[in-house]
Amino acid sequence: MQTEKIYTDLFVQNRQMVDDGSCQVLNSQRQQALEALEQYGLPVHQEEYLHTDVSQWFQPDWGLNIQRHKIQADSVRIQHGTLPEGVVVETLEKASAQNPALVEKYYNRLADMKRPGIAAINAMFCQDGVFIYVPKNTVVEQPVQLVSLLQSPVSMMVNRRILVVLEQGASLSLVMTDHSGAQNPMLATQVTEVFVGAGATLRLYEMEETGVQNLRAAETFVLQQADSNVQMGCFTLTNGKTRNSTFVTLAEPGANLQLDGAVVTDRNQHVDNFTSVDHKAGNCTSSELYKYVLDDESTGNFYGKVLVRPDSQHTASAQTNRNICVSKKARMWTQPQLEIYADDVKCSHGATVGQLDEQALFYMRQRGIPYVEARMLLMQAFLNEVTDRVQVELLRERLHLLVEKRLRGELNQCQNCGACK
Amino acid sequence: MSEDKDNERVRLISEEKYKYGFTTDVHTDVIERGLTEDTVRLISSKKNEPEWMLEFRLKAYRHWLTMPMPDWAHLDIPEIDFQSISYYADPTAGQTKEGPKSLEEIDPQVMKTFDKLGIPLEERLALSGGVAVDAVMDSVSVKTTFKKTLAEKGIIFCSIGEAVQNHPELVREYLGSVVNYRDNFYAALNSAVFSDGSFVYIPKGVRCPMELSTYFRINAKGTGQFERTLIVADDDSYVSYLEGCTAPMRDENQLHAAIVEIVVLDRAEVKYSTVQNWYPGDENGKGGVYNFVTKRGHLRGVNSKLSWTQVETGSAITWKYPSCILSGDGSQGEFYSVALTNNYQQADTGTKMIHLGKNTKSTIISKGISAGHSQNSYRGLVRVSEKADGARNYSQCDSLLLGDKCGAHTFPYMDIHNDTAVVEHEATTSKISEDQLFYCNQRGIPVEEAIGLIVNGYAKEVLNKLPMEFAVEAQRLLSVSLENTVG
Repeated sequence: MQTEKIYTDLFVQNRQMVDDGSCQVLNSQRQQALEALEQYGLPVHQEEYLHTDVSQWFQPDWGLNIQRHKIQADSVRIQHGTLPEGVVVETLEKASAQNPALVEKYYNRLADMKRPGIAAINAMFCQDGVFIYVPKNTVVEQPVQLVSLLQSPVSMMVNRRILVVLEQGASLSLVMTDHSGAQNPMLATQVTEVFVGAGATLRLYEMEETGVQNLRAAETFVLQQADSNVQMGCFTLTNGKTRNSTFVTLAEPGANLQLDGAVVTDRNQHVDNFTSVDHKAGNCTSSELYKYVLDDESTGNFYGKVLVRPDSQHTASAQTNRNICVSKKARMWTQPQLEIYADDVKCSHGATVGQLDEQALFYMRQRGIPYVEARMLLMQAFLNEVTDRVQVELLRERLHLLVEKRLRGELNQCQNCGACK
Repeated sequence: MSEDKDNERVRLISEEKYKYGFTTDVHTDVIERGLTEDTVRLISSKKNEPEWMLEFRLKAYRHWLTMPMPDWAHLDIPEIDFQSISYYADPTAGQTKEGPKSLEEIDPQVMKTFDKLGIPLEERLALSGGVAVDAVMDSVSVKTTFKKTLAEKGIIFCSIGEAVQNHPELVREYLGSVVNYRDNFYAALNSAVFSDGSFVYIPKGVRCPMELSTYFRINAKGTGQFERTLIVADDDSYVSYLEGCTAPMRDENQLHAAIVEIVVLDRAEVKYSTVQNWYPGDENGKGGVYNFVTKRGHLRGVNSKLSWTQVETGSAITWKYPSCILSGDGSQGEFYSVALTNNYQQADTGTKMIHLGKNTKSTIISKGISAGHSQNSYRGLVRVSEKADGARNYSQCDSLLLGDKCGAHTFPYMDIHNDTAVVEHEATTSKISEDQLFYCNQRGIPVEEAIGLIVNGYAKEVLNKLPMEFAVEAQRLLSVSLENTVG
């Protein structure tokens, strides 16, 4: 508990400063978070975190921007188009000033702090975040994009917070992209809470293209009500060490979930995707597809838990994890877990670790496609199964391009996108 | 009707289900309950062991003291008081130290017990070509049959106690070489207090002419059984080994913590089959055996092969992972398992395939069946190390749920550190297909029988791997254990 102590002490000493830089709704959760962190701690190197020692990430003396030197990323800028009436896309601070009851109703209600994780430390330190609210039966046609940009002259720890609420029958496509302009190491924690009301539809995509020096620990909590549909896609390309934990609760009958992920790694990158799908009610479906391509000395872990509770009859759940190690030193761990307590269900999982198809390679070379190019094509095709599922067309195209560039090793250079300017 | 009569009827009915639930009244020398260094010394002296053996035990005991009881399995294990168990029970007490020379010297009660269990100790009664049996009751091997026939081929088949006396060089070389006493909590406990199990040595180039078998029987009350089996298959040899076990019906939980070690050398092949039928407890989950077993084979030789087949129907709690360390190039490991749990039984079983050598292959087929209030888990690890080029694994785990109060779980772990490996895992969970049931019903087969039929068909892939004698028994067992799962 040494590492936790550094942070709890820091918090206790600077509490006033943290509170001052934030708002009432966020401040009201800090005491609970402090107690939870003291009791449960950061993730220890065990079972659910067996291959990713997250607590070690917190050991260096990270700087924290608790005085909140105002930076541009603090304010939300709507760049294109307009949003339908009643839709809120705002910082948590401003949203809670305008409608405190609404933010309070949802903030920190889903994030489970009573376990070793990063939810507690995030709630303790985070001073602002993004709040997205879509009212009843409102359809947001245009996808909403959230751009997170890590930019700092010094190494820092950043605590990001995102709260998404979709009321009954609402519909939203949300694209979260994660970039970095910083050359020095950064630690980012991110807690996302998502409430999806009855019959609502959410497409949530997360794409990361930061740098190998960065550490990212993200936890996403999703609660789905009756007949809601959620599609999530998580794409990890260049981040140094990544841990994404996704917890989805299918709380009422008729909810459908599709949870996808694609990972491309090289050098000594490490990517750990942890998913937990809790079938609390019957007649729900969940489907998961995660694919990894690992090169050099990179390592990957996939942990997929599916829990079917007693009486959650007529559950259909399928989980697939396919991985390719393209170098001798790359390493993959995979742990699918099925826990089933109801009998009238259909559940399956499959996991494979293998290589590129020799015959397909041979076929292409025979037709004059060079070996390197043929390999690239196969890897791209392998990952396309995941990227093709993305329903936002622009993002899908962008992902195809990024994946290709990533596989060619061209993504670690500046794209001159201008986002950091 | 008087209460006594009621009880009697209940007893009769429940005994029908578990027909091995009887006890034998035989004079048994049971040492005092509790476990201290003196207990370890006492067991060692009772077995008249050499100094190095005692050292081995003491080292294990001291290490055991430092270990916590493992809690990672998907099991709800009540606190076990290791001081309330007696660690040694000898039903042959009062006989000559060297053990029975002929059948006449064996207590007729013990003979009767094994007869009743269908294990013939008289060689002439065995089927032609038959099975050589090492019969172990509580902590002591009662009789090993066909020793002479086997000895002619140079095969050693005896209790491990005897082997320590007569073949110390072999035992010293291989004992603990596959399962180190530091391996896990129960392995340490077993290494400290182990009593008889079988020792098998198949010399170079010998194909064992008959099935070897060990039958374990727990009889005495308040004891635990801690057998240890060691099988060494030298170059180019072959052996098929069977293991069976039963225990009386009691309200108390009895502990069974065994170790099986198998060493397979160049081009040798070992087939190890288990039909585990310890007392599973009654329908309310009272009583039953706690079965905590460490089984592991080390495939040291090139192109060696080890095949585990298990049918698990008994025990209140099963914690068992027969594993293969595939270090010889081209070695092959197989694991075929049917685990059936009913009432309040819990099982957490599976395998580990550790690929170290080049071009190693492993196959895992696991069929879980849960009924009643039981919990049935598959837990397995496939590890391909950096040097294991060309490793291949195929795993398939299917679970069948009968009833809505039970649970079926799969926890496969894959750890792949090689780019030439091909590893596949598939798992499905479902209930018995309504269509199949309907088809049977339509043709006049009652539901219960139909379920038995479907389950047997579902498990066929594994049952087919069992030797003939066992396959019949296993099929019958599956049907019996499933009684009353419907309705």
